[in-house]
Amino acid sequence: MEHLLWVIPAFPLVGFLTLMVAGRRMGEPMAGWFATSMVGGAFAATAAVFFGLLGRDTGERVYEFTLFEWLPSGEFSVSFGFLGDPLSIAMALFITGISTLIHLYAIGYMHGDPNFSKFFLYLNMFVFSMLMLVMGDNMLLTFLGWEGVGACSYFLISFWFGDEANASAGKKAFVTNRVGDFGFMLAMFLVFFTVGSLNYSDMFLSVMSPDGIAESTATAIVVLLFVGAAGKSAQFPLYLWLPDAMAGPTPVSALIHAATMVTSGVYLLTRMNPVIAESANWAPDMIAWIGLFTALFAATIAVAQNDIKKVLAYSTVSQLGFMFVAVGSGLYVAAIFHMITHAFFKALLFLGAGSVIHGMDDDQDMRHYGALSKAMPITAATFIVGWLAISGVPPFSGFWSKDEVLLAAYENNFVLWLLLLLAAIMTAFYMSRLVFMTFFGEARWSDGHDAEAVDGEIAAAEDADDDATVEAAAEAPSREYHPHESPWQMWVPLVALAGLAAVGGVLNLPFSHDTKLLEKWLEPILFGNEVHITASTGTKWLLAIFAIVGGVVGIGLAAAAYLRKRIDTKAIEAPILAQGWMYDKAVTDFMGGPGRRMFDAATWFDANIIDGAVKGTARITTTVGSRLRLAQTGLVRTYALGVVVGTVILVTYFVARMSF
Amino acid sequence: MSGFIFAAEAAEASALSFPLIPALIALPLIGALVVGLIPTARDGIHQQLAVLFSGAAGAISVWALVEFDKTDAGFQFVSQQDWVADLGIQWLAGIDGITLFLVVLTGLLFPLTMVAVNPGHDHKPYFIWLLILQSGCFGVFVALDLFMFFVFFEIVLVPMYFLIGKWGHGNAKYAANKFFLFTMAGSALMLVSIVTLVSLQARESGNAATFSVVDIAENLAIGQGTARWLFLGFALAFAVKVPIFPLHTWLPDAHTEAPTAGSVILAGVMLKLGTYGFLRFGLYLFPEASNYFAPVFLTLGVIGIVYGAVVATMQKDLKRLVAYSSVAHLGFIVLGTFSLNSQGIQGGLAQMINHGISTGALFLLVGWLYERRHTRQIAELGGIQKAAPVFAGVFTLVMLSSIGLPGLNGFVGEFLVLLGAFTAHRWWAVVATVGVILAALYLLWAYQRVFHGPTEGDNADTPDLSVWEGVVIAPLLVGIVFLGLYPKPMLERMEPAIDRLVEHVEAGVGGDFTEPVPTVGESGTFSELVETTHAEHEEHGSHSDEHGDEDHSDEEDHGDEEGGE
Repeated sequence: MEHLLWVIPAFPLVGFLTLMVAGRRMGEPMAGWFATSMVGGAFAATAAVFFGLLGRDTGERVYEFTLFEWLPSGEFSVSFGFLGDPLSIAMALFITGISTLIHLYAIGYMHGDPNFSKFFLYLNMFVFSMLMLVMGDNMLLTFLGWEGVGACSYFLISFWFGDEANASAGKKAFVTNRVGDFGFMLAMFLVFFTVGSLNYSDMFLSVMSPDGIAESTATAIVVLLFVGAAGKSAQFPLYLWLPDAMAGPTPVSALIHAATMVTSGVYLLTRMNPVIAESANWAPDMIAWIGLFTALFAATIAVAQNDIKKVLAYSTVSQLGFMFVAVGSGLYVAAIFHMITHAFFKALLFLGAGSVIHGMDDDQDMRHYGALSKAMPITAATFIVGWLAISGVPPFSGFWSKDEVLLAAYENNFVLWLLLLLAAIMTAFYMSRLVFMTFFGEARWSDGHDAEAVDGEIAAAEDADDDATVEAAAEAPSREYHPHESPWQMWVPLVALAGLAAVGGVLNLPFSHDTKLLEKWLEPILFGNEVHITASTGTKWLLAIFAIVGGVVGIGLAAAAYLRKRIDTKAIEAPILAQGWMYDKAVTDFMGGPGRRMFDAATWFDANIIDGAVKGTARITTTVGSRLRLAQTGLVRTYALGVVVGTVILVTYFVARMSF
Repeated sequence: MSGFIFAAEAAEASALSFPLIPALIALPLIGALVVGLIPTARDGIHQQLAVLFSGAAGAISVWALVEFDKTDAGFQFVSQQDWVADLGIQWLAGIDGITLFLVVLTGLLFPLTMVAVNPGHDHKPYFIWLLILQSGCFGVFVALDLFMFFVFFEIVLVPMYFLIGKWGHGNAKYAANKFFLFTMAGSALMLVSIVTLVSLQARESGNAATFSVVDIAENLAIGQGTARWLFLGFALAFAVKVPIFPLHTWLPDAHTEAPTAGSVILAGVMLKLGTYGFLRFGLYLFPEASNYFAPVFLTLGVIGIVYGAVVATMQKDLKRLVAYSSVAHLGFIVLGTFSLNSQGIQGGLAQMINHGISTGALFLLVGWLYERRHTRQIAELGGIQKAAPVFAGVFTLVMLSSIGLPGLNGFVGEFLVLLGAFTAHRWWAVVATVGVILAALYLLWAYQRVFHGPTEGDNADTPDLSVWEGVVIAPLLVGIVFLGLYPKPMLERMEPAIDRLVEHVEAGVGGDFTEPVPTVGESGTFSELVETTHAEHEEHGSHSDEHGDEDHSDEEDHGDEEGGE
């Protein structure tokens, strides 16, 4: 069965090529159904490979397949080679699975869009690139996928390119990612320089051999790879592009900017675990602490956002920080576990948000929501499952994975754990805030306000808006809004994801070694680099209780503030938080100000100094030349002709003298 | 000593009796003659005839590609004829792995541009100049005699001068003059170098004078100091032609004011005359001097990469932006060439081909956009994607190739150059990699302003890509994708000649230089790796994790986690 490995990426590739040729002719909804079935086929193939590998002994669960040699140059050679190992198949399973559901959802969501088929073309291309990323057996093929998903992300963020803001967001995502790619590329050069190959197998063999590689080299590689990972996985300071990426259609936000692409960095570092193991201690520590900082930082921002997608975007940044904490603490299984459960519940939350936005005539401002649970029962019910999962309420999936990450942090450093617990409490708080503002409380969508897209940044206008909200609460729903449940293509994926988000924890239950399915599955590719938990069972229970209490406290605080109105929400939604600590603005101002002036200066230098020198020389020559004008015609064209004539004469002369 | 060329001759004799190289050079010239004999009034026929002759030459170049023996590092299809025997000047031409793809690029790009662009006026001289230009470019790439090389190197200036001056836009006369004077100034020094080299070589070696590059390079007899001076003479001519910072200011003017065909040929083929020159008449003729001056050229290459990108970002004219992007892309070629190892040089050579395809296509598209909108000012364009989605799609593909997206052709050269440069001179490569970020910045920003955003005014009426235009640009798009996904056929044909060149450089520099190569560690399959490590862990039980544990825990108590195994 594992021989079907090549079929996995072949499906979306065929989908992409077919849609490129015939997408427009297929039209709506055929193109959508076709694309969905292609990704569904990829999922089936992945499942087949999975069961094939499962049937083998633990140490033999690797299937390799090389298509052709891609880049041969001297000692350097890289192939289109695919790796079917526990990690890549685990990734491919949830990527294709969730993609199938999101494709289905998009058929409903993108209904009526003039570029319907093009949307699915990009989605199929994205899935293909993502599979290249996780299945490549060398760094360069991973990089191909890495850049490919980046390009697809760019296309999809700026999908509605008519709006300048969307176009800018797409460009911002691509360029910021390129900053990360700078690190990735240098890491590749360093790896090649050190071990002479970019294949994972050669690299790990060299790294793990007794003489191995120097610690400083391994550290440099890890740091450079982390720069790449921070770009793709939106870690501080490169996270800037992700909140803006919400400009794309909501299925894109769910698939690319929550479930799959943004976890690439976590995948990459997990894949590289043998190199991390050889690096100096400060490198993984740095990863963990930056992860923690990002988790906290983004959570504080999420608390004050009013755009429902922005809340989820900052939440994604924050949750990715959790994963990096796990990676930095050496608990790769916890990172992958949280990545998978996060994919379930965050995709669910985004799709749910999309359903709400869809029902609310494309309004994304939560201040205009409220009491939607009655109008959208399925959306609300599934959303609540996602909310409980992300808040860490047992027995939902998020509880189990977040617990593992917190345990990893605790094993690493007590302060790390404490601060991460704080981030978890804040997660429960802002998600509860979102749910209460959207589905419960009073309906605030009664007043016929002008449906301007209110941006998260407009915190200054909040006061005025709050008054309107209070007034609005008393009135009956106006005719402006018709909240309604979404079509079945949209809610079926919601229900499916809700199921996964609810029970996803069974992948890796901590009770005994036998229930840790994921840990056992991933064990061969971690080469013994997974840190072993030393905490006693009692400590673990205590930590779990802390986590549960933390989650409940977060939810309770949100309920007090947003349902019972016992806490002044203005104190929480501070303008500085709403504006993301002004970081984005600072960067933008720098780029638009000093940065741009530097570019302008270089351009001025080119036009006036360098070209000026040329023109100056020309002027001097002309002046001198004008004195000699009598003897010269001064027309370059004449000279040019002269050259021709001269050459012809010369050639003729030489041809004549040619000795045959 | 020059044994390899005789071996190559033998191979050539057995493989092919057709005078391939003379045909390459002669066909376009005959075409020029034929077009010249047709009366001016019969407009359309000039184009057809020109395409026919140019295409025939192109077909022969493809034939050379097919017949090329990829295991042979020497020159193939050698064409040799005494010319001025007393002075040692001969007609000596051949194709090796370094020139093969440059010849094919010349063979294919010319007929394509002739088909793609209508000059608008004066058809007859236009096509005559283009045909002469093609012949000249072939000549430069195949010439193995210094004198012959110089003649062709100079000949190509003339048609391009007239193409820019007569069919160009705006300040075309100024641009043409600048182009001509700049390159002539460089060439003058090269001529002095050639003559000095030949006479010194004859005196020092005691042999009869010869202009043959191979003979001179394989038995270089002149002193180290002299060689360095002579190298600089050649290098200056090439540096202007490439162009290398700070000698680049003729390029934006020439590219921008040139007619579309001129820009395509200029970027696609003529800029490569300089970079090719560095390989054949820099590294090959003067290995020691090339190594000695390498830091200078590496630095200038890196400056070109960053500086070209920065200046490109701020351009207001779309065509000028693409022109400055060439400065950056050619910086990569210079960087790779002077890395003096096989990845760097091969990457540089691949970049020459790929830049020819991508930038050629970009200029073609910008030209077509100009025909539609009669402006190249970025500020006057906007939202074109809505009016012309296919055009925008094609532009996107070409743009991504130029940005260096893996899977498309631009990446291949860029990556190998950086890889080679990193191996040889780490910090130069680090700075050059910044260019990768900047390339995305200037192209995406330009794309956003031109194709995205609201579609207003005349932009709304922009016609989409016509079927004919699609057919014309399709070969370039195929090249972009094919060479990105499967560059092996190209790389493996280049490799023997490049390895030979690198060995030659190594021998020429002497003891204190060896090709910078990476350490080669162990190698094996992933399956074996997983199997053996898993078996080890089984054996050693839970206490074998020396990798993971060192930084995290001192305790060896792994508790119940390992119990189940």
